[in-house]
Amino acid sequence: MRLPSYRYRAPKTVEDAASWLAESPGDTMLLAGGTDLIPNMKRRQQVPATVIGLRGIAALSRLDTREGTDIGAGVTLTTLVRDERIRSKYQGLWQSAAQIATPLLRNMGTIGGNICLDTRCTYYDQSFEWRQAINFCMKKDGETCWVATSSDRCLAVSSTDAAPALMALGATVRLVSALGTRDLALGGLYANDGMSYLTRRPDEILTTVHLPEPAGWRSTYWKLRRRGSFDFPVASVAAAARFDGDRIIEARIVLGAVASCPLDVPAAGTRLAGQVLTDDLIAAVADDAYALAKPMDNTDFELVWRKKTVRSLVASALRELRGDDMREARVRLARHPLLVVS
Amino acid sequence: MSRRVIGTPRRRVDGRAKVTGQTRFADDIILPRMAHCKLLRSTVPHAKIVHVDTSKAAAVDGVHLVLTGHSFPIAYGILPVSHDEHALCRDVVRFVGDPVAAVVARDEATAERAVRLIDVEYEVLRTISSPADSLAYPEPRIHDYGDFGNVHKAVALQFGDVDAAIAGADHVFDDVFFFEGNTHLPIEQHATVATKDPDGKLVVYSSTQTPHYLHRALAKALEMPAAHIRVVATPNGGGFGGKSDPFNHEVVVAHAAMRLDRPVKIALTREEVFYCHRGRHPVLMRFRTGVSKDGTITGLDLQTLLDGGAYGSYGVASTFYTGALQTVTYDIPTYRFRGCRTFTNKPPCGPKRGHGTPQSRFGQEVQLDKIAEKLDVDPAQLRLGIVQPPDSLTANFLRVGTIGLADCIKKVVDRSGWRDKFRKLPSGRGVGLACSSYLSGAGLPINWNDLPHSGVQLKLDRSGGVTVFCGATEIGQGSDDVLVAIVAEVLGIEPFDVRAVTGDTDLTPVDLGSYSSRVTLMMGNAAIQAAERARELIAAAVSARLDIPKDRLVFADRRVFDSADPDRGTSFREAVCMAEAKFGTLGTTGSYTPPRSPAKFKGGGVGPSPTYSYTACVVEVDVDLETGWITVPRVWIAHDIGCALNPVLVRGQVEGGVYMGLGEALMEEQVFRRLPPKLSHALVHKFPSMLEYKSPTFLDMPEVFTDLIEHPDPAGPFGAKEVGQGPLLPVMPAVANAVYDAVGVRVDSIPVTPEKILRALAAKAAGKSARSGPASFPDVPWPETLLVTPPWAGGDGRAANDPKRPSHRKVDAGIEAKAAGMDKGTGA
Amino acid sequence: MKLRLTFTVNGEPAEALVDPDKTLLEVLREDLQLTGTKHGCELGECGACAVLVDGQPLLSCLVVSHECQGRSVVTVEGLTVDGRLHPLQECFADLGASQCGYCTPGILIAAKALLDREPHPTRDLIREALSGNLCRCTGYQQILDAVEAAIVRPGHASARDGRGGQS
Repeated sequence: MRLPSYRYRAPKTVEDAASWLAESPGDTMLLAGGTDLIPNMKRRQQVPATVIGLRGIAALSRLDTREGTDIGAGVTLTTLVRDERIRSKYQGLWQSAAQIATPLLRNMGTIGGNICLDTRCTYYDQSFEWRQAINFCMKKDGETCWVATSSDRCLAVSSTDAAPALMALGATVRLVSALGTRDLALGGLYANDGMSYLTRRPDEILTTVHLPEPAGWRSTYWKLRRRGSFDFPVASVAAAARFDGDRIIEARIVLGAVASCPLDVPAAGTRLAGQVLTDDLIAAVADDAYALAKPMDNTDFELVWRKKTVRSLVASALRELRGDDMREARVRLARHPLLVVS
Repeated sequence: MSRRVIGTPRRRVDGRAKVTGQTRFADDIILPRMAHCKLLRSTVPHAKIVHVDTSKAAAVDGVHLVLTGHSFPIAYGILPVSHDEHALCRDVVRFVGDPVAAVVARDEATAERAVRLIDVEYEVLRTISSPADSLAYPEPRIHDYGDFGNVHKAVALQFGDVDAAIAGADHVFDDVFFFEGNTHLPIEQHATVATKDPDGKLVVYSSTQTPHYLHRALAKALEMPAAHIRVVATPNGGGFGGKSDPFNHEVVVAHAAMRLDRPVKIALTREEVFYCHRGRHPVLMRFRTGVSKDGTITGLDLQTLLDGGAYGSYGVASTFYTGALQTVTYDIPTYRFRGCRTFTNKPPCGPKRGHGTPQSRFGQEVQLDKIAEKLDVDPAQLRLGIVQPPDSLTANFLRVGTIGLADCIKKVVDRSGWRDKFRKLPSGRGVGLACSSYLSGAGLPINWNDLPHSGVQLKLDRSGGVTVFCGATEIGQGSDDVLVAIVAEVLGIEPFDVRAVTGDTDLTPVDLGSYSSRVTLMMGNAAIQAAERARELIAAAVSARLDIPKDRLVFADRRVFDSADPDRGTSFREAVCMAEAKFGTLGTTGSYTPPRSPAKFKGGGVGPSPTYSYTACVVEVDVDLETGWITVPRVWIAHDIGCALNPVLVRGQVEGGVYMGLGEALMEEQVFRRLPPKLSHALVHKFPSMLEYKSPTFLDMPEVFTDLIEHPDPAGPFGAKEVGQGPLLPVMPAVANAVYDAVGVRVDSIPVTPEKILRALAAKAAGKSARSGPASFPDVPWPETLLVTPPWAGGDGRAANDPKRPSHRKVDAGIEAKAAGMDKGTGA
Repeated sequence: MKLRLTFTVNGEPAEALVDPDKTLLEVLREDLQLTGTKHGCELGECGACAVLVDGQPLLSCLVVSHECQGRSVVTVEGLTVDGRLHPLQECFADLGASQCGYCTPGILIAAKALLDREPHPTRDLIREALSGNLCRCTGYQQILDAVEAAIVRPGHASARDGRGGQS
């Protein structure tokens, strides 16, 4: 399966990248690790005329933990996973990154790439010829969303692992364009639409992810997928909470892979604030999340079951935050104890 | 004399090549002037081809040739009864992925670009998406042959009065099961290079498990004398049955190479491999079993319904195989089998590891678990009580030799701690047991004839080097190693002294191919014969020259010497020279033909084997009651191998079988999307990719504890039986049985998924049947049942009502064989 | 227009004039005829095409040729040094870790990268490190055994010096 023809450009600075991108943002795409874009190009889901390779921009690969944490968008997932500061300060992020794809793909894939990961759908992540056989779909070359033919929007699934974890930790992102720079809360980068799933303008480059200092915060990430590696999430939960002793001061729960964007569960935050994590409270928050999750029939596993598992994932996450020993449960679900070579 | 090579754990002879990346797979062949081919595949599931416009593709710079079905008027296929394929579709396309046109260009990128410029106009026909559709809609017919409508084949056989036996039983168990289709997923995608040799003859290098059958198919499809075609089976990067048919792309590039007089390569994409398929048939099955109070089976009435996909492939054999081996495992005195294969607009199903038998093995082993539960007997004990006796003839006239099944059961029961675990583990954890048997080679060839199934030639020269030639195909299973090891053992030399030339129709004698677990037994026996004949010549020469009685000569340690005085003797190299001096140029041959089967009824050609392997397996599972999430922490397996020729490879086959079995049991599915019929005719493979077709990873694979049971079987080389397929078979039912032990629900369909477990748990909680599985078996218009009297009731192996039953006893062997249904094909 | 690619392959300088749309995998196999590196999906879904790029195991099917400029690539052909097999290769061959052999080059590369980083990995760590490589033949156990055996096989120590290793 061959790549289509494209023009390749390799800027050395973000400024150059931004100005080249501004030349023709509609048919230019950014290439970081390539693990999302290259398969999509081979399958003709994305056929940019110009590809701007970012790997030569040293500034994008910086990982700075002096004041909060600034992660360059080009930092590879392997780098994150091997970073002891990330592991100890932002456990949820670390757990999410350690479960993305495979070790080989994490060596290539970047944090920026995972945040901007194209939404996925088993009607869309197919070759040109396969998509031709269903007369294409709304997201590319067609009219209908085959996931729900009456839907007027694309229902492709947000499949990023890192974003829910980062959102739970209160991350902000920086977008740079030839016109200027803007920072926004990571949640603001997303829209619940499988096609326009990012609010990033086509001429903007995601350059940095900023995480606040996690003093008092505990975080965790629970991912559901068929196999111990390779697979994108079919449902996931990121939970973070700031504790005072046993009592939660504030908390955020974000669901992954059950909508076209990471789903913040605002009711959970409200319900948890000021409370001690009892089993009843955990069950109530799990119900909040369950009510919000809207998986569709376009990933692995049946959607009804995926929705049901959200309860269990949220409960596991909160129990882990409470301090329960969840190691055995995690090994069963993740199929490994999340080991990595440091 | 102790053995030096056989039975010793060794590095396989091709091990170094494989770990250095030097094994040359088909796509690794790069030839000067080589052009590249891409196929245009149908994007509609069922349609008439109205028009194909290739003009734009032909005009692309760098395109050498554009082909359509017009260039391929001759049909071919693996079984003589279903030559229903053309290299490129001529009038009708039958599934999304069916090849319609081909482009040959200077490079793959150009070919890929050009092939997209071909316009095909289709006239869409009704989409037949399932066996239910096939039975409901006899028109439009997907093929204009087959038993009727969209039924490819329906068969009915009965051995003894099964209705009376079931009616008279203390208990009758009636269960319906479903086994979803799945595919081989070899990591190597199919690839072929064809070229015209300097003499003008055709040479085809291909990742095929069956060079001999490809050779035949090419000769037919291209209307060329087989003698002018050379097929070289390159080492296969995994086969598992998926490279056993002659494929469209092989015929297309062969044709193109001859036309263009230059090498032409095709390497399929992963998606295209899913369209080649020939994998596990989805099978719906109904088991009605009569059981006595003591757990013995009085009779079995089995029906199977197979979703065959769009072409015949091995389907007739697959259909019979769903009913062939039940009796080989357990003592079943009366038996009726009815099987039906339907055509649907999906990639054709065919032989995958276990060919047709894993589906009904699943049903039988799960039903036995239910029987044990009902009778309050331990499932291991129940099975030990009904194991088919050795050296016996079954109700359906299969001759069984050694049977190590009881030993296998005892071994896994001991090793797994079964007695302390079964029905004793805490809720959510459980163990399950299942057994199986498999052929060590099909007793009959695909194309009926009285020729050997495997031939081996040996060349020995004055260098002391030995070259062994055989048509067998190395697909990773280690056939080259078996071949070399046997020759080395017999001649008392080292494997490194022997060079193997295999899978080359110009250079090697015919071996029918790497399917039906036949190679070790058949090639092995042929190799022993060839090597023993060479040893005989050498011994005669050494005996004469050194004046040592021939029967005292020993071949070992690269020497030939006097057993009474080991210092008296000569080197192997000198010995070969003596023989060459005495007899002239040295060469010997060996061949193997399986014993004739006593099954003479139509359909009796599927199932006979020189001997059968047996396996028992215990699987432990861990099931989350809240989500149904299932993990398998441990598997114990014992396999009756007869004799492990190279224990390293045998263990690898067992563990690989367990792996593939767990994949099938838990996650692998070849399934399809039917878009809403009101809006679309589309029927597409749901996820033809390595990402979404779930093959277990390193992290999904439990520890496997393997035991080999070695009671040499007289039919096998050094007593060896098969190991490539059998160990897969018990894994799926053992998983389902373990789930029942863990959480008390039956998942009567494969794969066993968390969704199904949770549904069954919910049903159980609601006071309904604690089960997830198919509700019923449809009415199938079965043909007249062939009635065969079992051997113990005086049967002669023929059907009483066989229309072809010979009227007098003196028939010539050929006619007799045909009457026995051998012309209906067998294999894999 | 062709791309002139100058990089290091298996310790030797390599130069090739390649179709700029090619991936590293295609350049290695087609332009340099280093066919030891395999393809099983061409979409990053199987691990068969893994090679070391600047010491890191990557999937060559997803690396565009432009981004190989000046970098150092090690393929399975580069594991053998001075005619001697890397201990991993020896152990894979001896212990049945390679059946059909098609996934083997990618797994050897991933395993070498692991041992280069962590000379004494646990079995769980090996599992994790190789979990981006699919094998359909072995059931993985003999591969795990072989990597464990290579940990203690003489020659491993010098295999870590980054030269693609063998004493």
